[in-house]
Amino acid sequence: MKLTESLRSVFITPEERTYLISVRRLLPKAAGQSVRMTHQSPTLSEAQKRELHETALRIVSPGKGILAADESVGSMAKRLAQVGVENTEENRRQYRQILFSADDRVSGCIGGIIFFHETLYQNSDTGIPFVKMIRDRGILVGIKVDKGVVPLAGTFGETTTQGLDGLSDRCAQYKKDGAVFAKWRCVLKVSETNPSTLAITENANVLARYSSICQQHGIVPIIEPEILPDGDHDLKRSQYITEKVLTAVYKAMSDHHVYLEGTLLKPNMVTSGHSCSTKYSPEEVAMATVTALRRTVPPAVTGVAFLSGGQSEEEATVHLNAINNCPLAKPWILSFSFGRALQASALRAWRGHKENEKGATEQFIKKAEANSLASQGKYTGGDNNYTDAGQRSYGSFHAY
Amino acid sequence: MTHQFPSLSPEQKKELSDIAQRIIAPGKGILAADESTGTMGKRLEKIKVENSEENRRYFRDLLFSTDPSISNCVGGIIFFHETLYQKSDSGKLFPQVIKDKGIVVGIKVDKGTAGLNGTDGETTTQGLDGLFERCAQYKKDGCDFAKWRCVLKISDSCPTSVAIAENANVLARYASICQQNGLVPIVEPEILPDGTHDLLRCQYVTEKVLAAVYKALSDHHVYLEGTLLKPNMVTAGQSCAKKFTPQEVAMATVTALRRTVPASVPGICFLSGGQSEEEASLNLNAINQVPLNRPWKLSFSYGRALQASALAAWQGKTANKAAAQEAFCSRAKINGLASKGEYKASGSADQASMQSLFSASYIY
Repeated sequence: MKLTESLRSVFITPEERTYLISVRRLLPKAAGQSVRMTHQSPTLSEAQKRELHETALRIVSPGKGILAADESVGSMAKRLAQVGVENTEENRRQYRQILFSADDRVSGCIGGIIFFHETLYQNSDTGIPFVKMIRDRGILVGIKVDKGVVPLAGTFGETTTQGLDGLSDRCAQYKKDGAVFAKWRCVLKVSETNPSTLAITENANVLARYSSICQQHGIVPIIEPEILPDGDHDLKRSQYITEKVLTAVYKAMSDHHVYLEGTLLKPNMVTSGHSCSTKYSPEEVAMATVTALRRTVPPAVTGVAFLSGGQSEEEATVHLNAINNCPLAKPWILSFSFGRALQASALRAWRGHKENEKGATEQFIKKAEANSLASQGKYTGGDNNYTDAGQRSYGSFHAY
Repeated sequence: MTHQFPSLSPEQKKELSDIAQRIIAPGKGILAADESTGTMGKRLEKIKVENSEENRRYFRDLLFSTDPSISNCVGGIIFFHETLYQKSDSGKLFPQVIKDKGIVVGIKVDKGTAGLNGTDGETTTQGLDGLFERCAQYKKDGCDFAKWRCVLKISDSCPTSVAIAENANVLARYASICQQNGLVPIVEPEILPDGTHDLLRCQYVTEKVLAAVYKALSDHHVYLEGTLLKPNMVTAGQSCAKKFTPQEVAMATVTALRRTVPASVPGICFLSGGQSEEEASLNLNAINQVPLNRPWKLSFSYGRALQASALAAWQGKTANKAAAQEAFCSRAKINGLASKGEYKASGSADQASMQSLFSASYIY
């Protein structure tokens, strides 16, 4: 008879019971009670896996990417300040409305939009919930679920990200409210001492916990281990660090039994630091990026949607295009999850004036279309035209 | 700690990558002829042949001196140390015989398993001592790739995390040392098929083991484009009551690999374990027909599954040499086709109908 059952038959206090149960854990295992560490406790049913996988596929179906419109209140303050607009809830609503009012042209370019919590419950001027507007366009709704970075004591300014408390309940609620995917951002930086092993392991672990919880609720987790471009490090260094970070991320995913087919990755492209004196061509960025991914991201991951970081709209699009033209075999979809790189022009065109709204929306649509082409390697804008007779040289992959 | 001290120059990387590509060129796989003296003893005993050095030489010669067309399906051959310095009847050293056929020469460099104390009979593999110098010598003696076998088993309590971590680590150390000496390391984390576990359990364990292996390889700065993987296929335990079809084996195998093996690994050459020759070919064929994106080559590195018929045909008699070689060639050709998904076993349907067997609703 199990210890707990035998305890019930005896009149003992709850405290004694707790003690006896805890003591049992210290006793040698009885015959037949083995350490079941190599047995699978199925985390997801077939139907759950299918739902997650199909959602992921829909978000990054050919030619589509993600609009990251999940700027927190604090981040929106910075954006709006740049165009002289006050950071009120109403202005934020007006601004998001500009993006969400885009016509059918975006349905073929945007597979999903990441919302900030506040925006999920806002409506258009005519009282239509934003969630409904988006879903009616066939675009999937995502939600940022992390609660920002917190410092890691004992490191040189490194952080982890919080938000796990009550995340399961929040996910359940978001699913009811229309979200089918989520996003969680971790941040690492490059310096003489960073990223440290602790920062890499801790952020990889928290990303895996978040992913595991999301999947339990039919929500596809977008995994974002952003390595900031701040610094003077070169392309090689960025590639090396990206490889180390991503390997740790996927080891953690495996340890936490995350279903990779039902996830998306949102990494930085591999670029040199902002203050690096050497400039690299889009082909070099592409080779370094694709090489790093090929060495670390299992083919089972459905798609990779790059963040734009500090890149300009044009830079981000050109890089994405070069990445998709890179001659190395790429077993995942390579698309975009851009915030600034999709919105900068729209924001500037709007400047808070109602009469500029249509023009601003138009700017957004243009960027969405450009990145849609780039995600298929067909972008011909700018100087970087891959359909030209002059084939661009990607060089030997052994140098990466 | 986050700075890279490049372990290999671009030229070294290119050399390793080129060697790996040659071994797994389309339609080609590996002949694992690296049975240790003890293991050869078991093989020869089955056909009542004495386990003498001459008999071992004779049998390897029989295989290596086969018709040159063998190089259309065999990209590399793994040698045992003794064999590397033996000669064929023609007086030529075996490595030269192989190279003349355009086949790459490999060498087993591990020194067998050693017990992990405190576990239920689990092991790690030894052979790191002086490995650097041995690799340098093997490279001079004509080798371009190496092989190291780690062994894990499935039971109620195995494999434990220490077994997984220790074997992954020792594989990464071996791989790192090989690459320094221009040898492509074949990484072999074999999970034995012994047991009553089902397909799902094997898949789960395989995923955990391979995830640990590739984390270790990354930690040890191993250049993945210059390596090959030699894993077990995902199969149910040999004493499992339920039987699974080649398509189920194939789906479970490819799914496990997609979740763990980076696309930069150029090729995966399965071991045959306890499978029969035909089973190993049918499974490999099914693997190459799985309708999922497979960014690496999926080929073979077979020992028994390429040699069993040849051994049985030979029976230790010189008169049977041609028949034995024919048997070997036949299996090699079949596996060459299987590595492209083009093997049609007599009595089996064509590729189109095989495809339909994969559209099972089961999600792995």
